[in-house]
Amino acid sequence: MHLQVSWRNVWRNPKRTGIILTAIIIGAWTMLAFGALSRGMMTSTLSNALNTLTGHIQIQHPAFRDDPVIDNRLTAPARVADVLEQHLPGNAAFAFRIQVNGVASNARNSESITIVGIDPAKEAGLSFYGDNTAQGKLLAPGDYRGIVVGQALLDSFETKIGRKLVLMTRDATLETASKAFKIRGTFRAEMEATEKQFVFITLDAAQSFLKAGTGVTSACIKLPEETTMDLEALAKTAKALARELPEGTAVLTWVDLLPLLKGYLSMFDSFMLLWYLVVFVAMAFGLTNTMLMAVLERTREFGLLKALGMKPSWIIRNVLLECLILLAIGLAAGNILGFATVQALSGGIDMSFMAEGSEFFGIGHLVIPYITLKDLLSVNAVIMGLGVLVCLYPAVKAGRITPVEAMSHT
Amino acid sequence: MEHTPNHMVEIIDVSKTYTQGKLEVHALAGISLALDRGEFTALAGPSGSGKTTLLNLIGGLDSPSCGRIVLDGKEVTGLSQSRLADMRLNKIGFVFQAYNIIPVLSARENVEYVMLMQGVPAKERTDRARAILDEVGLANMHDRRPAELSGGQQQRVAVARAIVSRPAIVLADEPTANLDSATGQGLLEMMAKMNEKRGVTFIFSTHDKMVMEYARRIVRLKDGLVSDDTTK
Ligand SMILES: Nc1ncnc2c1ncn2[C@@H]1O[C@H](COP(=O)(O)OP(=O)(O)OP(=O)(O)O)[C@@H](O)[C@H]1O
Ligand SMILES: [Mg+2]
Repeated sequence: MHLQVSWRNVWRNPKRTGIILTAIIIGAWTMLAFGALSRGMMTSTLSNALNTLTGHIQIQHPAFRDDPVIDNRLTAPARVADVLEQHLPGNAAFAFRIQVNGVASNARNSESITIVGIDPAKEAGLSFYGDNTAQGKLLAPGDYRGIVVGQALLDSFETKIGRKLVLMTRDATLETASKAFKIRGTFRAEMEATEKQFVFITLDAAQSFLKAGTGVTSACIKLPEETTMDLEALAKTAKALARELPEGTAVLTWVDLLPLLKGYLSMFDSFMLLWYLVVFVAMAFGLTNTMLMAVLERTREFGLLKALGMKPSWIIRNVLLECLILLAIGLAAGNILGFATVQALSGGIDMSFMAEGSEFFGIGHLVIPYITLKDLLSVNAVIMGLGVLVCLYPAVKAGRITPVEAMSHT
Repeated sequence: MEHTPNHMVEIIDVSKTYTQGKLEVHALAGISLALDRGEFTALAGPSGSGKTTLLNLIGGLDSPSCGRIVLDGKEVTGLSQSRLADMRLNKIGFVFQAYNIIPVLSARENVEYVMLMQGVPAKERTDRARAILDEVGLANMHDRRPAELSGGQQQRVAVARAIVSRPAIVLADEPTANLDSATGQGLLEMMAKMNEKRGVTFIFSTHDKMVMEYARRIVRLKDGLVSDDTTK
């Protein structure tokens, strides 16, 4: 009967109830939708970054991170490969690379770039290499003379497929090495900067060019996509690998490799919480005000109930129950709207209209908003919990009304 | 002081003074009065003579400035708010002049609501509510909302609700003031019947001479004191 009475009281003034509900619905909806969009942007940023040759985990020589030169290489990659093959989960992939800084030049231009020696058979799917070929073709295994560059680099060097590009860097003997490579193809990346930074040759070509023997600078591991945000699992996998790997190797996760990105993502989390609070505060004002109005309008009724012997706690409970009903309806509708919105945008939002801006933050061109369980729970908990708290004021006010003052109230 | 169990209400030297700014209003000026079980008493007197104040004090809605009130053998003065609420719930039935019933509840639910607060089981609540509504002449109107009831019918719901909780006494402050005289008399007739049949003790205030006719005892107040006390 309590629920029934509260339910009827809620619908006593449909217009006012409508206003409160609208506020709650809009609150919950925007919190969810913006939360989902932020998540989408974070994920896009992250996967973009991980795709740009970082991967989830890298195995390197311990000194390579601070001094990324060919001296600091893994000299026995076969042993590392054994461990990885045995201890990585089945759906993970890995490949060896040589990655050093150098200079690319032709008659027209000269730019500092990163030379990446890759295993053509294994690299595709591990990073953006092979995702989007603009012209020509990718490197074939055993190609000692070919190079694949970004489309933007090709343009800035005013050259074309089939022409030569000279790479220069320091080799394992600390001598300057330089060699001409033939441009086989160009790739497109999410960001122009990426196209201008990386040039790809085969791992075999890199090893001979740099006189590195069978050495590599890193093994790059890619774990299943959906575990990207699961930092605990990531740390666990990294730890397990570190136990098995021989001395003289360092296991680095993307959190170690991209500390700035990690910080940026945590900042995103804080922003989201801040956003929740802003929306909630706006909503809370509406909620308290309208509830207060509703309570004061019923002064005589609360006075009557008190005269009949109802205790203040009972009255407070009834008013809170009314709030709870409002919050529950509002949240249900807000959640449905939120999910519907995210569903409608599940094809992804094309961010290329603000390419310059989003590129600056490293956001990919396609952002797919999604709702995580954590966000869903925190939005609902924030609105429900704080909503009830905010209703406490009008509820207590109702509980304090005395019959005598209520009777003189017109 | 001894009090015989037959006294339902004993008012002993009760004063109530309201202070309004610097002005002191002696709404009750040391009044003493005893009401017996099963009485049907009218409280008369000019406006401002203290009728409402007296009824509020008996009902524990307000507390006296000095003096004592004993209800059904129990001291009421000085009880905590929570005890007073319990007392109102179980010992007192109220009928006010207006705004007596809860708008979102039907006639039956209004009557049931006090029993809900008393913790009466659902089935019994419904049965008792139905029976009492039939008795006060509202058969066929159990499920009507207040908005669908006339003023007289609403007052009948209020009386039904006041009686159904089986109180020691029903306090009615000008229950007929908002009704035309025929309807008012009908209400009083019904209350008198309840008094006779169920032995409910009633005390009601009124300005209406016709309504006073139904009372077996008329207590007149003037300036916060009893000026006349007549039992027929
Ligand atoms: N809350 C209050 N504050 C101040 N004075 C009050 C208050 N309630 C009543 N009074 C005063 O106490 C006196 C008695 O009032 P009361 O309402 O008991 O009279 P009444 O006999 O019921 O009058 P009426 O027939 O008009 O209802 C009046 O002078 C009134 O102004
Ligand atoms: Mg009065």
